[in-house]
Amino acid sequence: MEFKTPQNPSAGLNETPLHDAEPRPITEDLPLRRSEELLLNLGPQHPATHGVLRVVLELEGEKIIKATPDLGYLHRGVEKLCEGLTYQQIIPHTDRLDYICSMTNNFAYVRAVEKLLGVSIPERGEYVRTIIAEMQRIVGHLFWLGTQSLDIGAMTIFFWTFREREVLLDLFERICGARLTLNYFRVGGVNGDLKPEVILPLRKFIKDFPSKIDEYDRLLMNNRIWISRTKNIAVISAEDAVNFGLTGPTLRGSGVYYDVRKAEPYAAYGKVEWEVPLGSNGDTYDRYWIRMQEMKQSARIITQCLDQLPEGPILTDVPQVVAPPKEKVMQDMQSLIHHFIIFTEGFRPPKGEVYCATEAPKGELGFSIVSDGGPKPYRLKIRSPSFVHLGAFDHMARGYMIADIITIFGTYDVVMGECDR
Amino acid sequence: MNPEIAQKIQEMFPSEFVEINEFRNELTVTVKPDRIVEIARFLRDDPSMEFDHLSDIFSVDNSVRSASDAERFEVVYLLNSIPNRHRLRLKAGLREDHCEIDSVYSVWRAAGFLEREVYDLMGIRFRNHPDLRRIFLPEDFDGHPLRKEYPTEGKGWRNTFEFLPTEEPQT
Repeated sequence: MEFKTPQNPSAGLNETPLHDAEPRPITEDLPLRRSEELLLNLGPQHPATHGVLRVVLELEGEKIIKATPDLGYLHRGVEKLCEGLTYQQIIPHTDRLDYICSMTNNFAYVRAVEKLLGVSIPERGEYVRTIIAEMQRIVGHLFWLGTQSLDIGAMTIFFWTFREREVLLDLFERICGARLTLNYFRVGGVNGDLKPEVILPLRKFIKDFPSKIDEYDRLLMNNRIWISRTKNIAVISAEDAVNFGLTGPTLRGSGVYYDVRKAEPYAAYGKVEWEVPLGSNGDTYDRYWIRMQEMKQSARIITQCLDQLPEGPILTDVPQVVAPPKEKVMQDMQSLIHHFIIFTEGFRPPKGEVYCATEAPKGELGFSIVSDGGPKPYRLKIRSPSFVHLGAFDHMARGYMIADIITIFGTYDVVMGECDR
Repeated sequence: MNPEIAQKIQEMFPSEFVEINEFRNELTVTVKPDRIVEIARFLRDDPSMEFDHLSDIFSVDNSVRSASDAERFEVVYLLNSIPNRHRLRLKAGLREDHCEIDSVYSVWRAAGFLEREVYDLMGIRFRNHPDLRRIFLPEDFDGHPLRKEYPTEGKGWRNTFEFLPTEEPQT
């Protein structure tokens, strides 16, 4: 066999150029563009969907023409489980609904049970509850700010907000021994009193906190990327927002004055001064601004509550509902029997139906309880803001670019634990 | 709370009105299910009502707590008026052999997801709902878990798992 060596070694290379020297002329009859709808699946395993939200997107180019949320990946049947538990046994289950803001869930649930029972809470208990709920609101909003900015592309702010969140979680640990699933509220009050080792660091934190918010604002308020990715994104008009049942910062961003704490004041909210920040454009930037202002208002509420904090008991004195203190249980017979009855048989509220709404960081969190007079709820329904907000998702996502979809989930502060229940 | 609301509903829809109930400052009005959309639209648009915000829709299975089988299910609408600051609980009872009710999606669009949830977990069908599918459970799921006869542990599928012993091992 004979090999024929080319005379010019580089001749072969020149024959096939890497790219056309002359581009092909674009002619009218050559179909370069075609239009076709693209179906894109987003989630459930996606770091920016805040859990396990799956959305099926119909796209035209980069534009969203329809977004269908597919829920249920975190459905645990909490409502069904609750029908088999006594009223106190449900409290730890509510921790697992909105696992970012467990205290607020506890609060919303025990308020509904107290309304059903018709018991009132001692004044110190109400103040402690208000302080805890506002601490939890700050934690929730800090978490939102950190993850939303991380999703959009700003990394620093995430570390900054988690630095402050950590301080509050440490305080929760001192208050009740847990950091996330807290189980602190009890029917009739709270589990433990605020001690000086909690109040002093809390005061210090609250004093410094407004300057921390200004720090975040300095990073974001005039940041070109932040503004262009949040201004005019996920806009909803006030009328539509009400019609879709939105609540919380998502509703107030559209300029609707509705806050359960003002509309039906509970706990100590009627006794302190604070304002409800309102947006005007109903876009993500306004909701961001509202959450920043709400954190400042929460700090204001906590400061006033700490100043006014009255002395007294933290648990109500209704022996049918509240177990005796542990020291007594260890010493005397009647208290031991009483303790035993409360924790084995539970208590029996009257027949009736109640709905009790509480302003959670994400919106109106309501518990409906239908009681048949037994020790377990006949039916318990959780009205979770995230679930109702996702009902408006399709309406709010249409017409935006695919890159905005992450901002649009984030704008509600959605947590799938309470959405799917 | 505000008994005028109930009186006005009774005046406007005398044939639909069933009963009024008050418990812990909450007003409950029970109506018949047939003209629920008209009642809902009236409640939303009338200036003295102005229930513009639908807080929640849920359903209750009465088969255990009530002795009669006449109206096994009830659909409960929790309404809220942001301008007037009042709330109302609107209820409609449904028979088991005819558990269908008109969708209020045309009045409050919040009903879209809430009614799907009721359909999924309780099996009540909503007529004229734009997209009535299961929302939490898979499409091929058997049964409606919030009905009282459905066991909390689930049923059926679990027993087909091979690694669960189906019979007591013989000793």
